[in-house]
Amino acid sequence: MLKLFSDLLAAGPITPSPSRGGKGGEGSSSRATHPHGPRPVAGLGLPRPNLPLEGEGTNLKFLRSVKAALLLTAIVVFSSSSFAALNILATTPEWGALTTEIGGDKVNVYIATTALQDVHRVEARPSLLARTRNADLLVATGADLEVGWLPVLQRESGNSKIQIGSLGFFEAAQEVRLLDVPASVDRSMGDIHPFGNPHILLDPRNIARVGNALTKRLSGIDNANKEVYEARNKAFQERMSQAILQWEAKAGPLKGTPVVVYHKDQQYLLNWLGLREVGSLEPKPGVPPSTGHLTDLLQRLQKEPAKVILINAYNDPKPATWLAERTKIPVVTLPYTVGGTKEAKDLFGLFDDTIARLLAGIKQ
Amino acid sequence: MVTKRTIVASAAAALFWVSPSGWADDIQDIRNEIKSIKDGYESRIQALEECLKDTEAKAQKAEASAAKAENKAQEIAAAPAPRAPTGQNAFNPGIGLILSGFYKNLSKDPDVFPYRIGGFVPSGDGVGPGGRGFSLSESELNVYANIDPYFYGHLTVAITAENQVEVEEAFFKALALPAGFSIKGGRFFSGIGYLNEVHAHAWDFSDQPLAYQAFLGGQYGQNGVQAKWLAPTPLFLEFGAEIGNGQNFPGQARSKNGGNGGAGFFHVGGDLGVSTSWRVGLSHLYHRVKDRDAFEDESGAFGGVSNQFSGKSNLSIADFVLKWAPNGNSHQTNFKIQGEYFHRKEKGDLVFDVNGDPNVNPFAATTSAFSSAQSGWYLQGVYQFLPQWRVGLRYDELDSGSPSIGLIGQTDVGTGITITEDDFGTLKKYKPKRSTLMFDWNPSEFTRIRLQYAKDKARRDITDNQFFLQYIYSLGAHGAHKF
Repeated sequence: MLKLFSDLLAAGPITPSPSRGGKGGEGSSSRATHPHGPRPVAGLGLPRPNLPLEGEGTNLKFLRSVKAALLLTAIVVFSSSSFAALNILATTPEWGALTTEIGGDKVNVYIATTALQDVHRVEARPSLLARTRNADLLVATGADLEVGWLPVLQRESGNSKIQIGSLGFFEAAQEVRLLDVPASVDRSMGDIHPFGNPHILLDPRNIARVGNALTKRLSGIDNANKEVYEARNKAFQERMSQAILQWEAKAGPLKGTPVVVYHKDQQYLLNWLGLREVGSLEPKPGVPPSTGHLTDLLQRLQKEPAKVILINAYNDPKPATWLAERTKIPVVTLPYTVGGTKEAKDLFGLFDDTIARLLAGIKQ
Repeated sequence: MVTKRTIVASAAAALFWVSPSGWADDIQDIRNEIKSIKDGYESRIQALEECLKDTEAKAQKAEASAAKAENKAQEIAAAPAPRAPTGQNAFNPGIGLILSGFYKNLSKDPDVFPYRIGGFVPSGDGVGPGGRGFSLSESELNVYANIDPYFYGHLTVAITAENQVEVEEAFFKALALPAGFSIKGGRFFSGIGYLNEVHAHAWDFSDQPLAYQAFLGGQYGQNGVQAKWLAPTPLFLEFGAEIGNGQNFPGQARSKNGGNGGAGFFHVGGDLGVSTSWRVGLSHLYHRVKDRDAFEDESGAFGGVSNQFSGKSNLSIADFVLKWAPNGNSHQTNFKIQGEYFHRKEKGDLVFDVNGDPNVNPFAATTSAFSSAQSGWYLQGVYQFLPQWRVGLRYDELDSGSPSIGLIGQTDVGTGITITEDDFGTLKKYKPKRSTLMFDWNPSEFTRIRLQYAKDKARRDITDNQFFLQYIYSLGAHGAHKF
């Protein structure tokens, strides 16, 4: 029986894969050497499932399997407890990267999604529930971006620390002014976000602001390492301000460039660098591009041409390619977030690469 | 400018200087002319100067407003988010409504061939394809919110096509328990199996698998309490236990203190790389029923009879689900495969012809030992081949087995009638089967239009070709779905 369970465990992804786990993979090394010894076995306090009813026979087979399961749990708890660093679950790669910038080795970051996934549509996977269960801090975008899956993770995780309103639940969108806040909302407008556009990450000034707030939050949860967080954030903010000046200087030629976007997730980038959106591949937010809409767009672009068609790494390239072939407007695939391209290794790489790709795009 | 004026003046002076005095009048004329030229020149210079000043001012203004705009942009990037709306309505719970309806074309008239799954004790009204033609499904109203920092509340009310209101779920969930525990109480769908907790609007087919229909009457819920514990491991390990009043099939409401129905379940799950996620579960549902609602049966010797079961009912379920999407991005294409195996043992007593007249049926209201072991399974796959389009295939099979009934083989001395298995027509061994093909279109997350065809052989010796055309609309707030 034990052999079977240990095989099962070996097959499971205890250490996250590099693409999904991000920095989290490094945390496993600290597990082996953490100073506090194994955590007491919480599993023994479990109420017996299928409580035998008054005066009625017990179901021996069933109880036996419950016992085996408890034993298994005890083993797993012993082998995997981690005290060395704060466990952080970040919903998206950018907040994972930001938490790592500020937290360094004081945090153990697990990232729920990759740059190749559409963060609107993510499943509340069992692996994410397990990560939510152990999180000291849940770093999310907020503004309803993760509304299709995050509430389930919070509710089903049995973790009181990361519930709405708790210190352990951080929403980045609370820290910045959102663009495109609709005056009225109706589902006939497509998948619109009533609180405003939640794709705030593509304006680095937002990242910097979120970084300050996140530093406060990390310090609040882990006061012992307050100075570390503050020092790391200070260094990060300095690098970021420098980088922003350089990016803005480099992106000078992009000002006023007319572009076609896929979804409304490039708005903050366009706003920051002064690009001009003249159309989007989606007829309405969240509604997949249709041939009818693309034909209309094609006609509009013949009157008012755009310089580039922008898509993200996670978008289907087909609609953009279709349009590019007919309009001779080049398609530029942007990383969108950390990990979206080879070059976008961290937050600085993300903007370096985004601007480099845009500049290359308008030269074509 | 000063230089220009000097030149003009000295030119005038030079003219004046060289002119002889006799030309005084002419000189005066010339002087006047020069003056007028000079005046004109000066006024033009002045105008030009003013123009320049004006332009300079305008440029300054433009610069100022540009700077202002830049400040504004910085401000926008820097300012915090606007506050949430305040007032009474700000705390309204999430409210969602599901509208659903069918057009059904059934080759066998359910009025002529009532839907009874062959070999199985009838499990209530929640089985079968329903009626022919146009019909309305349950309209489902969901209301939910966090109650306070400690509890979450949820209500699901179904308004049936027969104008009745049913409370499907009404529960609280404790959010603030330590160490991975959570508690749910009220009325809720049990955590057993994979599909049991899933609401009808989120099913991948228009109806439940036969196993759910035969063993649980569609979906099992009870009034009770559920405790769950999630292990603190990177591998998903979840344990749950439920106790309740067991009022629904296979249980039976009972006037009794304490619990009357118990369930336990165990789930394990994780990821295989970035594209695949899985979950496997084992569940058990236990009831000790007393006088379960009598079911109608066909007796070879006595015609229509009603039989009643009392005893233990143990149902075990093994389930798995595996979801795949390229790079974990389910937006474009994805594939989902799931299957469940059910096994139920019932042991106790069966009362034959409960309401029978002893003068007609000498075995009326006779109690004898009863035991059965029945099983069933389904396997289904759903593939989203384009962003708005899905196709699915499902196969169902049940095995009723032959129940052991003490009465079979007994002979009444007076009439000479011997009870055979033909006197328990419903429970005679049968293997119900069904194959289902479904195709749906989802223009948005809130609309689903589905076409489904099933070749249904659940009724004894009857093949029914069922075509369903179904709509499902989701209005208002829509809660996140579980895995």
